[in-house]
Amino acid sequence: MRSYYRMKQTNYTKHFIFLSVLLVVLFFVNISLGSVSIPFQDIFNSLLGGKVSKESWETIILNFRLPKAITAVLVGSGLSICGLLMQTLFRNPLAGPFVLGISSGASLGVAILILGSSVFGGFLLTQSVSNWSLPIAASLGAFLVLSAVIIAANKVRNTMSILIIGLMFGSLTSAIISVLAYFSDSEQIQQYLFWSFGSLGNLSWREILVFTVIYLIGIINTIFVIKPLNSFLLGENYAKSLGINVKKSRNIILLTTSILTGVITAFSGPIAFIGLAVPHIARMLFLSSNHKILLPAVAIIGAIILLICDSIAQLPTSEFTLPINAITSLFGAPVVIWLLVRKKRIFV
Amino acid sequence: MGYLQKKHTKIVLSNVNIEIEKGKLVTVLGKNGIGKSTLLRTISKVQKPISGAVLINQKNSVQISEKELSTQLSLVLTERLPESQLTVYELIALGRQPYTNWIDKLSETDTKKINSAILQTEVEHLQNMRFYELSDGQLQRVLIARALAQDTEIIILDEPTAHLDMHHTVKIFSLLKKLVVETQKTIIISTHEANLAIQLADEIVLLTENKLYSDKPQELIDKKAFEDLFPKELIKFNSKLQQFTMNKI
Repeated sequence: MRSYYRMKQTNYTKHFIFLSVLLVVLFFVNISLGSVSIPFQDIFNSLLGGKVSKESWETIILNFRLPKAITAVLVGSGLSICGLLMQTLFRNPLAGPFVLGISSGASLGVAILILGSSVFGGFLLTQSVSNWSLPIAASLGAFLVLSAVIIAANKVRNTMSILIIGLMFGSLTSAIISVLAYFSDSEQIQQYLFWSFGSLGNLSWREILVFTVIYLIGIINTIFVIKPLNSFLLGENYAKSLGINVKKSRNIILLTTSILTGVITAFSGPIAFIGLAVPHIARMLFLSSNHKILLPAVAIIGAIILLICDSIAQLPTSEFTLPINAITSLFGAPVVIWLLVRKKRIFV
Repeated sequence: MGYLQKKHTKIVLSNVNIEIEKGKLVTVLGKNGIGKSTLLRTISKVQKPISGAVLINQKNSVQISEKELSTQLSLVLTERLPESQLTVYELIALGRQPYTNWIDKLSETDTKKINSAILQTEVEHLQNMRFYELSDGQLQRVLIARALAQDTEIIILDEPTAHLDMHHTVKIFSLLKKLVVETQKTIIISTHEANLAIQLADEIVLLTENKLYSDKPQELIDKKAFEDLFPKELIKFNSKLQQFTMNKI
């Protein structure tokens, strides 16, 4: 029986090797695609610090495409991990990183920054929106709404109520945004709309550094809650009887999710679908609910899918870039529907 | 004992003073809604007693940490497990969580305990299946295996035979009896199987409207305690057969 257990583990190793190779390949494919076509030789040279035929090519690769590919990996894996955490915590297959009202909080922050300027007068936004003001507004908004949700969450015993409280805060904030939008100029509404489309590009290396540090803090937290997550698969009463501090674990999970989704939404906008769908794809591929296997699986698959979506969004050889949020849903929703119809059974 | 609600307290049971010895199969009998589950939930520290205390090995359970309690007392609950793709082996292995390190790695001892739990409950052939593929009877044995893997002196089961047919009910009861005899564990179960409990239990805690009895089955029969269990119009206790029988309609 132990040998069976081991056999299954090697089986997973194969999955992981395949997915990791795919991830690396897609990472380079993603870098090689764009409105300017650059020969492979020059792409490798610029990445490895070799000699590049044109200086502008090196700039494009190092300052635009590489940061964007890294952002795609961080956003894809981060959102997927948050989705997994939420689905296990709420024992609900429809939960995702945004159920806690994080995206609505971030949207509210950005809406107040962009739309609010016309409603409350120009004092909020005297100059053009700087690079940092959007992430800061988004994080503040996410943090505020999330604190409200967590305070409410600690007052109720039932985990399902937290889910509903999160949803309610979501509709509250979107109502406020509608009111703001009603009193705003079309130009500002457009600017807000563009933010809500999501974007993986335009991050400077300094922003990426901040992003990565916060991301890693979230990931380390997640590794420490693998054990409680597995016990939650039996329900909270069993988890408690197994010596797990349910309340503490729940708070760590909520906090980690908010840190991760907060920072992701701040830098790349509210990106739909990934967090909800990737955990289901991972469970179907790996046929497991064990978080020791699912967490790395979900992270790699999330990164892969967002890299694919971003490559599609660039419309190879064209000058247009489609909004990433539309691609994730267009590409992803049919895949999930197909998987679910074929499998007929969904799990947490 | 009972529920603490916002403004008022609902007392379900009071003056409960029972002592349970080590290595006994104890069944809690009583009609629906009398407080069997409340009693078990209070013993297992899922809820607090309104007044009084639960002592486990002479120590007040309030002072025992969750972590420590998890090595002394394990549970089999009636609630449905959330849907997941856990295999039977993984589910039983979760019983080792109180002993595993922070990343939940199974040691040699852990796998040994898991294997012996699997052997004792005779679920070897099921261990690679997903738990949602099991029948109710099989699932109940697997849940008992999980509690055994937790390696605690006390196991508490809330209505372990609620959805089972007669054959599987008897199978679970004889398994529990065997475990008590072989491993000297204390097993406390709530059940509606009064006839089986009378035959197999070492001790019965009988909850009736007016009184709480706690004694050996034979003593309770002699005290005519079972007569109070149900209203007499439909069911009567036949002390000669030592069983409940239905009145002729």
